[in-house]
Amino acid sequence: MTQSARDAFLAGARAVAPIIVGIVPFGLVAGAAAVDAGLTLLDAVGLSVVVFAGASQLAAIGLLGDGAPLALVVVTVLVINLRLVMYSASIAPELLDEPRRWRTLEAYLLTDQAYALSVTRFERDPGTNRRWFYLGAAAPLWGVWQVCTVVGAVVGARVPAWLPLDFAVPLTFLALLVPAVEGQATGAAAAVGGGVATVGVGLPLEAGLMVGAIAGVLAGVLAEGVVGADAAGTGDDGPGGGHA
Amino acid sequence: MSAGPPPGRFVWLAVVVAGVGTFLLRASFLFLFERVGGVPPRLERALRYVPAAVLAALVIPALVAPDGAPTVLGNDRLLAGALAALVAWRTESVLATISVGMVALVVLDAVGGVV
Repeated sequence: MTQSARDAFLAGARAVAPIIVGIVPFGLVAGAAAVDAGLTLLDAVGLSVVVFAGASQLAAIGLLGDGAPLALVVVTVLVINLRLVMYSASIAPELLDEPRRWRTLEAYLLTDQAYALSVTRFERDPGTNRRWFYLGAAAPLWGVWQVCTVVGAVVGARVPAWLPLDFAVPLTFLALLVPAVEGQATGAAAAVGGGVATVGVGLPLEAGLMVGAIAGVLAGVLAEGVVGADAAGTGDDGPGGGHA
Repeated sequence: MSAGPPPGRFVWLAVVVAGVGTFLLRASFLFLFERVGGVPPRLERALRYVPAAVLAALVIPALVAPDGAPTVLGNDRLLAGALAALVAWRTESVLATISVGMVALVVLDAVGGVV
């Protein structure tokens, strides 16, 4: 065993702690917005527990508040969350050795933050205990999200006008993005992914995000063909290399 | 506060369907790759670009086009984000990145976008 379960869980929790600071206001707003839009408390909490994906929840709440057809609400949520398929594929090589019931839990808890923290850590420190580092990052996010949306739904969220708390979310992703850019190939993936997503900002169903993400991955692969893989990205892990 | 009509009685159904669908998206390749006996090596190489590509697709529009259209001049979020990116690069600290970015945006907003 490379790292004890407890140590790995605590390492994951430590890594996610500063991110949770930015999640708290987001969760409060998501809970409050749901009730403001006319959802019952049970629907508001259900959205957080069952869907558990902040950006798509806010989009769904906006549509429900406008009286949009429920089918459009569902499709919008799924399109915004399509990126989770890419995370699922990307983290799968690290978690395929897990028993299915653990993988089911790990799938349910998959978020941008838990994914990005974990794959970055696994690459830098291959001895990391996969399951427990991942759960250490993912489970606190889940718990805080649930508590904050309930509090937001019950108490409401009053944000001072001068405090742009919504900016904390892109800043969190920025803090996760920078260490993921390790050289020219990952740099090309980021530049093209970000650039195409920006051009596609007006696309319906927030599709610009997915188009940008796919374009970015393709750009990374093409750049790798020209300049070679980035140094830190060429670990000699065999396919499906299992640690745990 | 929304001015629209109250959501109907079947909101819970939309929540459940969206939730089950979202779970299936999350679970997709965590289970599909098992069926095909692992991750094809070429695909695994491509998947290494997912973090940089997707995170950039989340971040860059939020900084460059915060109001829906790309804006450079007078865009406080872009300036604050650039400063935060510098901090992220130098410190690799999530807390420092968020703190500097937030403070920078509050200050820029207060100054009133002089640039």
